[in-house]
Amino acid sequence: MSLETVDTTSAAPVTEPRNAPPKMQGDKVCVFYGAKQALFDVDLKIEQFSVTSLIGPSGCGKSTFLRSLNRMNDTIDGCRVSGKITLDKDDIYDPSIDVVELRARVGMVFQKPNPFPKSIYENVAYGPRIHGIARNKTDMDEIVHSSLRRAGLWNEVKDRLNEPGTGLSGGQQQRLCIARAIATRPEVLLMDEPCSALDPIATAVIEELIDELRENFTIVIVTHSMQQAARVSQKTAFFHLGKLIEEGKTEDIFTNPRNKQTQDYITGRIG
Amino acid sequence: MTDAALPHSAVEADAPARRDFGLKRRHAAERRFRMYGIVAIFIGLGFLAILLVSIVSKGYTAFVQTAITVPVEFSADIIDKDNERATNPRVLVSANYPVIARNAVAKALSVSPDDKAAMREVAKFVSDGNRATLRQIVMDDPSVIGTTRNVTLLAAADIDSANKGQVDLAVPQDKRKVSDQQIAWLDQLKAEGAISTPFNWGLLTFGASSRPETSGLGVALAGSLYMMAIVLLCALPIGVAASIYLEEFAKKNRFTDFIEVNINNLAAVPSIVFGLLGLAVFINFFGLPRSAPIVGGLVLTLMTLPTIIIATRAALRSVPPSIRTAALGVGASKMQMVFDHVLPLATPGILTGTIIGLARALGETAPLLLIGMVAFVADAPSSPLSPATALPVQIYMWSNEAERAFVERTSGAIIVLLAFLAIMNIAAILLRRHFERRW
Repeated sequence: MSLETVDTTSAAPVTEPRNAPPKMQGDKVCVFYGAKQALFDVDLKIEQFSVTSLIGPSGCGKSTFLRSLNRMNDTIDGCRVSGKITLDKDDIYDPSIDVVELRARVGMVFQKPNPFPKSIYENVAYGPRIHGIARNKTDMDEIVHSSLRRAGLWNEVKDRLNEPGTGLSGGQQQRLCIARAIATRPEVLLMDEPCSALDPIATAVIEELIDELRENFTIVIVTHSMQQAARVSQKTAFFHLGKLIEEGKTEDIFTNPRNKQTQDYITGRIG
Repeated sequence: MTDAALPHSAVEADAPARRDFGLKRRHAAERRFRMYGIVAIFIGLGFLAILLVSIVSKGYTAFVQTAITVPVEFSADIIDKDNERATNPRVLVSANYPVIARNAVAKALSVSPDDKAAMREVAKFVSDGNRATLRQIVMDDPSVIGTTRNVTLLAAADIDSANKGQVDLAVPQDKRKVSDQQIAWLDQLKAEGAISTPFNWGLLTFGASSRPETSGLGVALAGSLYMMAIVLLCALPIGVAASIYLEEFAKKNRFTDFIEVNINNLAAVPSIVFGLLGLAVFINFFGLPRSAPIVGGLVLTLMTLPTIIIATRAALRSVPPSIRTAALGVGASKMQMVFDHVLPLATPGILTGTIIGLARALGETAPLLLIGMVAFVADAPSSPLSPATALPVQIYMWSNEAERAFVERTSGAIIVLLAFLAIMNIAAILLRRHFERRW
């Protein structure tokens, strides 16, 4: 893996042939927290430039799977992953892969908005700076500007880039976190219930944003809201008790689920 | 299936009727508890007030010193009888300056130099410490020899006490250190306006001396300053590095648990044990000099380390995990996460812990006694390797002295020490206020 291949944002091929190889692929992924197994043999393909939503009741393993895609699980003591997860054919758990490089290619937005207690500018500039993406101040200004613009936040913050990011509203903070995540030009963007701490208006703004970001990024989103999954995603995967029960096109899952458990969940009988 | 349809048992059915029983009792209990709290606070504050009042009332007089301003004749006969100062500068150093001071005061009191008994009284009236003052004047400007100029001389400690009203004149003359004659002279000089009580800079600059009026905290302050600098330079980096490693990098296993337990134990080890350790390791094994601030500083470093480590780990732990995941999420390495995000947020806590550790070290006496810092050191230490004492040790030594003037100096030194501790604690609070971030 090298960072030269990262710059997919400028290429922006919107329409991808259906039979293109998946951007990321999980193959018999099992995750253990100590002795407890949280994920059982998950096989899931994540298509490029589309939104994949992971749904399921609490504790079903959808967040665990999401976090194993950029190895955020490594930070949890006693967490162990088996099976194979690939990013463009590279096994991301291979010893030759450095998590720093992986996380620059697979960015993440968390459930609770967590901007750094620094200025808005510094929040966005931090990732590009530590990865050496900007060659000079002009480059950095450009990256910060375009990231904030893509995150739909530029017009609201352009006059106060030096104010602390923690002073923004919840929805703005979450968009700042999205800007921070896309500033490193990742190929894949993971979102762990990005709207669960937000009000409906802020949620609508973020959902719209996700739809726009799809042009340039491959997005995986965990959500508790089935309406949200239906609105923003092209592909949906339903998890239950650590197993991948069903996956497919979003419209198929919501209108014509093949599995009874899926049907029970989307009609509100379990979960 | 819910159990809402179950019939109420007899106990449940009674509940509404019994509901507000005991309210009075509960309120009374709460009022009682608040009373206990207020009483406890007042007892604590009361003792603090007693302590402060007793120290300040005994010690505030140590900050002024009685001085006598008289015309002093720098007689060539006494300083340089054989007129050899051009060839032998040592003459000026070893001249009999106390006689000059004595004669000057005698002249001001119209006492004849031939009256041996009266001259003995005069000799006890002025401090022997004026030797240094007069010598300095002559060394700075030898042309003063043979002339007369006004000089402010230190009064002897007993006269100083009498001037401050600390001598009970109702006691018969032979049972007190100040004679009626001296009291009369004191009143005479006061009437002439020759007696003044300027601020006692000597208390902060002089070294150890057997004469109270020329003994001060200079050496102790220098020693304490060196030791604090050493503690800060050694304990802060070691403590912070150890805490960061333990908190952020080390795997949680039995070995790190063991280390943690031992750090907490170290914090509770009596300080005198650290003194013994310092004696055995730094002086006997490494051969560092006795009574030196470097050894004291290293011993206090060992003592302060656990405090700093515990405070730093608590500060690191209080940084919200969301900041860590955010940093890791954009691809920061663990070290970048710690140094770019976690450490800046933990800084106020670390600084507060460090200052409180330093304050504790500043007030520590027992380990310093064991490494020989309880010594009679007259000259200010030129480096951390030369002998010195420390503030609390100086207090301990003065408290063993018998003279009335040392009693007030002991309290005066305690006031100085408390002032330093107060400044450090206020600095800790201000730093915390200034750097504290809210999110």
